[in-house]
Amino acid sequence: MQIELSLLSPQLFLLLWAILVFVVDFFTAERNKASLAYLSIIGLVLTAIISISSKQGETFGGSFRADTFGLSFNIIFLGSAILTVASAVDYVKAHLKHQGEFYGLILLSTVGMMFLSASGDLLTLYVSLELATISLFVLAAYMKSDLKSTEAGLKYLILGAASSAILLYGISLLYGISGTLVLDAIALKLSQMPTVGPLFILSIVMIIAGLSFKLAAVPFHMWCPDVYEGAPTPVTAYLSVASKAAGLAALIRIFFKSLASTSMQWVPLLMAISAMAMILGNVVAVRQHNIKRLLAYSSIAQIGYILVGFIAVSELAVTSIILYVLAYMFANIGAFMVVIAFYNVSGSDDIMAYAGLSKRSPFLAISMVVFLLSLVGIPPMAGFIGKFYLFSAAIEKGYYWIVVLGVLTSVISLYYYMSIAYQMYFKTGDDDSPVRVSPTMAVALVVALAGTLLIGVYTQPVLSAISGASSAFF
Amino acid sequence: MVTLEHYLILSALLFCVGIFGLLTRRNAVGVLMSIELMFNSANINFIAFSKFITPEALTGQIFAIFVITIAAAEATVGLAIVVLMYRNFNAVNVDKINFMKW
Repeated sequence: MQIELSLLSPQLFLLLWAILVFVVDFFTAERNKASLAYLSIIGLVLTAIISISSKQGETFGGSFRADTFGLSFNIIFLGSAILTVASAVDYVKAHLKHQGEFYGLILLSTVGMMFLSASGDLLTLYVSLELATISLFVLAAYMKSDLKSTEAGLKYLILGAASSAILLYGISLLYGISGTLVLDAIALKLSQMPTVGPLFILSIVMIIAGLSFKLAAVPFHMWCPDVYEGAPTPVTAYLSVASKAAGLAALIRIFFKSLASTSMQWVPLLMAISAMAMILGNVVAVRQHNIKRLLAYSSIAQIGYILVGFIAVSELAVTSIILYVLAYMFANIGAFMVVIAFYNVSGSDDIMAYAGLSKRSPFLAISMVVFLLSLVGIPPMAGFIGKFYLFSAAIEKGYYWIVVLGVLTSVISLYYYMSIAYQMYFKTGDDDSPVRVSPTMAVALVVALAGTLLIGVYTQPVLSAISGASSAFF
Repeated sequence: MVTLEHYLILSALLFCVGIFGLLTRRNAVGVLMSIELMFNSANINFIAFSKFITPEALTGQIFAIFVITIAAAEATVGLAIVVLMYRNFNAVNVDKINFMKW
């Protein structure tokens, strides 16, 4: 067996860089620790450059495959890590101890996700999923003396570990049915089988249940609002985008590659999950008073929209999911950046506290409005184009009612997103001192704004860059 | 003669015991132990399938080794968080930990 380690170069480079961050942390004085954030950003940017320039192919007997699909998701993981680290600098300095480990763990989690998106068999997929998740358990409980953070860590740990055990049981059954772990070989084996038995259905249900926990899709969303509220806000931002994108990459790898021939069995199940996520996420979000909880429920709804595209199981589905996740990355992390910037000054996550923000910091207020409009899917923001492609993927296959449901629930989401804008622009708060935004945060915000607006306007270059992604499956 | 079915029934029972423990245990350490049972039930599956379905390849057994390693890593982080919980809440009872509700 020929082993080509050069295909793994982005992953290995980032792994070494994470270790470098841990080592440099030892020799850095406490007051200089913020420089580790910039060191991490340099590493992530270099990894992105290496990912784009390294060649494609597969190695380790098909266990590891570097293709356009993996590359697109790597860019999403690296982009969300860069934005998260950039927005975390002031927050981490003010609220967290052990700053070096914080950045190192984010890098390690990103390494896990990058291996996940490149996995060609179930073993690689499972191990890298765990690498990504275990680092996040630690990050969720990072505020050691904060009760909410501890509770978030505990809940995330118990439900995350239980869900991975369920996923593992499903994988073991799939292995028993097909006799192999390689995704291509499973697809071949399943296409030769005349019918599928109850064992197969059980294994699919368990795999969907296990991965739905990572996606925080209904009915496996219970951990999501609590963990999002309790975890340090930069970790929440990272969880809400990168961790979900990783779950989606795993879902696409398994279902579009191995199980595509049996799509009749699992499409109805995912359709139901999608409908429930859209309804529950949007309806419950209306009643939230804490902005992190509101964004948690909104992220549950967003997963519902993404699954609308997913059930089409077509080339357009892959392209539209990547496009939407990219748009979602800029908009959602952007919204969390505003939350972090506001929290750094006011120390509050309450939506009421945002009253009068348009006067205290016009830049933060207008950025928040742009990000929220992108999340709703209003043109010309990126979210509109993404949603448009997702829904057209579903319409192409004749799933009309779920698209109608998606559009209707988007209208509900407009209400609660705009109630934040209402607070910022039409209410006056007690405090009218200006909210100062640090230069690093301002640069990160401008990048997120540019991403949100540019993808919406210049969609074609992005689409042509990711158009090769679906060739791994169809 | 022990057949594949016997192993599968054993693993299914073990998995159900794990789920039951996960849902009913009040002690956080007990919850973590229940999760270990679920991991190990999957391991039994992997090894049984490896022996009966693909005896010439060792894929399932190797998977089981990886799972044991990962379960150890998960338990380490888990126990660390339980210690943290004991320091902050002075309890290892998961019922006590409910600051956040919807």
